[in-house]
Amino acid sequence: MLRLHYNLEKISMGLVAAIIVAASIGGIVEIAPLFTVDETVTIPDDMRPHTPLELAGREIFMREGCYACHSQMIRTLADEIDRYGPYSLPSESAYDHPMLWGSKRTGPDLARVGGKYSDPWHVAHLIDPRAVVPASIMPAYPWLMEPLDTGNLGAELATLARLGVPYTEEMATNAAADALAQGNPDSDGAADVATRYGEKVAIRAFDGDPARLTEMDALVAYLQSLGTLTDVAFETEEVKVPEEAP
Amino acid sequence: MSAHDGEAPDVDPVTGYETTGHDWNGIKELNTPFPIFVITILGLTVVYSIIAWLLLPAWPTGRDYTRGLLGLDQGEMAVAGYQRLADGREDWMARFVAGDFDAIVADQALMAKAMPAAHRLFLDNCAACHGTDATGGPGFPDLADSDWLWGGDPATIAETLRVGINSPHPETRFAQMPAFGHDQMLERAEIETLTSYVQALSTGQADPDGEGGTLFADNCASCHGDGGVGGLGIGAPSLVDGHWIYGGDRATIFATLQRGRQGVMPTWADRLSEAEINLLAVYVSGLAAEHEALASR
Ligand code: HEC
Ligand code: HEC
Ligand code: HEC
Repeated sequence: MLRLHYNLEKISMGLVAAIIVAASIGGIVEIAPLFTVDETVTIPDDMRPHTPLELAGREIFMREGCYACHSQMIRTLADEIDRYGPYSLPSESAYDHPMLWGSKRTGPDLARVGGKYSDPWHVAHLIDPRAVVPASIMPAYPWLMEPLDTGNLGAELATLARLGVPYTEEMATNAAADALAQGNPDSDGAADVATRYGEKVAIRAFDGDPARLTEMDALVAYLQSLGTLTDVAFETEEVKVPEEAP
Repeated sequence: MSAHDGEAPDVDPVTGYETTGHDWNGIKELNTPFPIFVITILGLTVVYSIIAWLLLPAWPTGRDYTRGLLGLDQGEMAVAGYQRLADGREDWMARFVAGDFDAIVADQALMAKAMPAAHRLFLDNCAACHGTDATGGPGFPDLADSDWLWGGDPATIAETLRVGINSPHPETRFAQMPAFGHDQMLERAEIETLTSYVQALSTGQADPDGEGGTLFADNCASCHGDGGVGGLGIGAPSLVDGHWIYGGDRATIFATLQRGRQGVMPTWADRLSEAEINLLAVYVSGLAAEHEALASR
């Protein structure tokens, strides 16, 4: 084997070809399963895509680098199930482009944080984590109270639709209006959001002020949606966490 | 092996190793053989990987993958491991499923096992709002005092945890401090008077027959109780105990009356099991006594 390599090294083109062959084997083994990902990952029936406001929040989550400290994947480990609930299934992030599973946890996993805290808590926590968790080392994000730019949302939905996320043309056209309405429960458009994205969507003044749509509204709406897009992880028999004991 | 096939290999007299055969102005390069140790390790890793391919899930086969002879599955292993954790707690946790609180609190051995677990559960789920020592903070009530919005016995607390307060749960407890100023139920001057009156209440200097007292009886007592002593179990706090959720300074009380308050306590029905909720309820209801004992020591 070593002798073959020794001789190959002296034929530069042969070496290049051999490197390409060797690297391709590794590449194919990694990439090939993705060719059939549509068939191996079944989209649950009750799965909904993010609303435009939540999507805007996702963008802010990425912009601020929250994923550097927070994963969004509950690992297949007993202690993780004990603390966070059923482990994350691939289908739960099927509509995420890109996925934000993350691999580093300075703070807790956020895959199922939706509904765990109240909106005012998230707002207070993001403006200054130390205000609610005195020992927190999470950075403060006071600038999130700025108005939200909804200009790109329609194009973003259209792009995601091309990647297979079930956004309709109607959803894309109304993206900016739906974002505005989701942050103002008393507005005329609020009912449209529920019609388009389902009754389970939270329609609230997330930052406490229905009159203004801020980046805070978007980010909190996103955080409150995490883990609530589908109940599949709680229904799958093998993952089911027993009722009687924790 | 030398670079020039056929010729005798050029051997370095000092080390005894062959050289590459090249001569760069008198400098030659040793062709040191690969250390046997490294080759052995390399060989072993190859052998290991073949064994691993056979035993463990390994190769993708389009829509499936090779399962391996051991038939292991990380998800199943995690659930089984979790099941073992749960079984380990089962002997005492089972007592919390039924929720016979009097018997639980009386059983010292049980409490000694359960309370450390309850404390950990509290840190994971509740401390972010109520504080690691459960003494609360602005907007989040102190759970370690003996003043309650809804009630401090384990059964009532368990119900509060299950449905939440102003939460999205269909049976949620509902409580709202009306926005007397913003919704124009009271004049600004009346709110100023009431602000002073509420401050006086908390220091025990209120005059129930004065203007403030009358306003209070007419507008506030229905929820906060006669004389603001609370305890009606409808979510409105006592205003005489000197403990504040939002704050007892003039500006904060004024803001409370002007804009109203509606604190949100999430529902835990979907996140925690019935036994965990009962466990936490026992823990929280015992905090007040624990803190008093600490304080009087
Ligand atoms: C430097 C690392 C770091 C970054 C960056 C960071 N966080 Fe955190 N986060 C933490 C730590 C540590 C905690 C736990 C202490 C606390 O609750 O503040 C936490 C807690 C949280 C929690 C509460 C989770 C729970 O279950 O208790 C949420 C929600 C959260 N962060 C959201 C965010 C968002 C949104 C961003 C980006 C805007 C962000 N974090 C950025 C470190 C970080
Ligand atoms: C998102 C923040 C938040 C979290 C997390 C939270 N709480 Fe609360 N809790 C509140 C607020 C706010 C109130 C008061 C509601 C009001 O003002 O009407 C409250 C009220 C309560 C009450 C009622 C107290 C009374 O006087 O009747 C109990 C008991 C309680 N919480 C226990 C818990 C426990 C146990 C946990 C953890 C499982 C928990 N809370 C987690 C915010 C929170
Ligand atoms: C409909 C019932 C209701 C009425 C009427 C009402 N309150 Fe309240 N009040 C509440 C509730 C419920 C809370 C707790 C809100 C929370 O915790 O989010 C509260 C909280 C407060 C607080 C804050 C206490 C703290 O610990 O920070 C003050 C002060 C207060 N009320 C004063 C008044 C006064 C003065 C009036 C009469 C003008 C009044 N309330 C009338 C229900 C009521």
